[in-house]
Amino acid sequence: MINTRDILETIQMIENENLDIRTVTMGISLLDCCCDDIDRSCQKVYDKITRLAERLVPEVDTIEKEYGIPIINKRIAVTPVAMLTAASGGDPVKYAKTLQRVADTVGVNFIGGYSALVQKGFSAGDEALINSIPEALACTQNLCSSVNIGSTKTGINMDAVAEMGSVIRKCAELTKDDNCIGAAKLVVFCNAPEDNPFMAGAFHGPGEPECVINVGVSGPGVVRAALAKIPDANITEVADTVKKTAFKITRMGQLVASQAAERLGVPFGIVDLSLAPTPAVGDSVAHILEEMGLESCGAHGTTACLALLNDAVKKGGTMASSHVGGLSGAFIPVSEDAGMIDAARSGCLTIEKLEAMTSVCSVGLDMIVIPGDTPADVISAIIADEAAIGMVNSKTTAVRLIPAIGVKEGEELNFGGLLGSGPVMKVNTASPAKFISRGGRIPAPLQSLKN
Amino acid sequence: MRAVITVVGKDTVGILSGVSDICAKNNINIIEVSQSILQELFCMIMLVDMEKSSVPFADFSDSLKALGKEKNLQIHTMQEDVFNAMHHV
Repeated sequence: MINTRDILETIQMIENENLDIRTVTMGISLLDCCCDDIDRSCQKVYDKITRLAERLVPEVDTIEKEYGIPIINKRIAVTPVAMLTAASGGDPVKYAKTLQRVADTVGVNFIGGYSALVQKGFSAGDEALINSIPEALACTQNLCSSVNIGSTKTGINMDAVAEMGSVIRKCAELTKDDNCIGAAKLVVFCNAPEDNPFMAGAFHGPGEPECVINVGVSGPGVVRAALAKIPDANITEVADTVKKTAFKITRMGQLVASQAAERLGVPFGIVDLSLAPTPAVGDSVAHILEEMGLESCGAHGTTACLALLNDAVKKGGTMASSHVGGLSGAFIPVSEDAGMIDAARSGCLTIEKLEAMTSVCSVGLDMIVIPGDTPADVISAIIADEAAIGMVNSKTTAVRLIPAIGVKEGEELNFGGLLGSGPVMKVNTASPAKFISRGGRIPAPLQSLKN
Repeated sequence: MRAVITVVGKDTVGILSGVSDICAKNNINIIEVSQSILQELFCMIMLVDMEKSSVPFADFSDSLKALGKEKNLQIHTMQEDVFNAMHHV
């Protein structure tokens, strides 16, 4: 029989340490739905996704029951809608409404892929889609959008960066009566992964198979609890403990992923080795950093602790899964992490420190509430800085900022659910207007010349 | 398919019989049981064979959960694969 201690450890992780599978995401290619009439194209999109994802929610619910593992979200990622718009023309918001109908029909929590890949320039459909994002996100609830504006291979498309500053503002303005939620469903990427199961950035890349199952794991609470048991250990032991814990967490993700793939008759894609926090107490990445010995997340030493954590999670997780992908690493979304929220409230955690942290962790400036009067060009400049970190370090970086329209500094936005709540954080508003208005492209760095 | 049932809570009369009763009713064979009492906390782990079970897994798990609620115990029913995956390379 299995070791009693192992069994009780697993139960303890689930019961008291918030171990869960964050998401089972079905990626679906919509390339064969393109046609020159947008209404027909929308119908094909609806028919295809509802056919392929019909059993997604019930099957995942069954797995949750049988294995006793909480699976928090079921999601769908689709081919970037800009590609469909390129063929069909017309108003892309029609696709947004179609995807919302799909989400309602199959019962998923989110559907991602209202996206455009413009790292080198705009092609047909891209600009129309980007301009429609604010309206699309305001008239839907479960749709998520992402735009890739740069990569290590291509450099950074500064025209797109300039545009995204005002798109983010418009998203917030159109949803100002609902906590500016529109902006929380939009992420701007550099080096966007094509198999990411996490929202808001999930889309089904053009190099992906027809249909695929990707799984995102979670478990910051488990890592923190493991570290709490070794309060006096040195840093080598801390890294080893994180690694071992990440291995266990990821093995569960691998099991769920392979089960879901088998039951749905769809190939298994990847497991995303992530520490994804939630606003629940005991499910915080910031608290892991504090467990390592920081008074508060944001203190000097935070970047080093996060680098160790991120690396150990990957090392432990890689061996636990047959295919690893997506964002893989520790997430630091401010509003979704109880420890980050506290650190931001106290002023210990600033946007500048978060920017430094993003150079060593898996994503970027995520779920940060900024003052409602932040100019669009400042938002664009934040995107440019973040994209530069991603481009030069050959890693994914992202920006998900929420301008709090009509809310004063010191007050908070409350999105509810997994998105949490966050205080308005101070932004340096010295003007980057001239830089942003120049347009053009930041050339690809030397790191891109690996051939 | 084999499942692991774990029961944790305050020791009272009839915990083991309550759980094994539900197993028997559903034609589920008990393979192994281990139990211990740590500082008045009852802890039982039971390995069962679900192969000939007369009910779907979810219903079996729900009826055990209901028993747990009634007796103020934490009862988890999980497929054995979870533990093998997590703790064995």
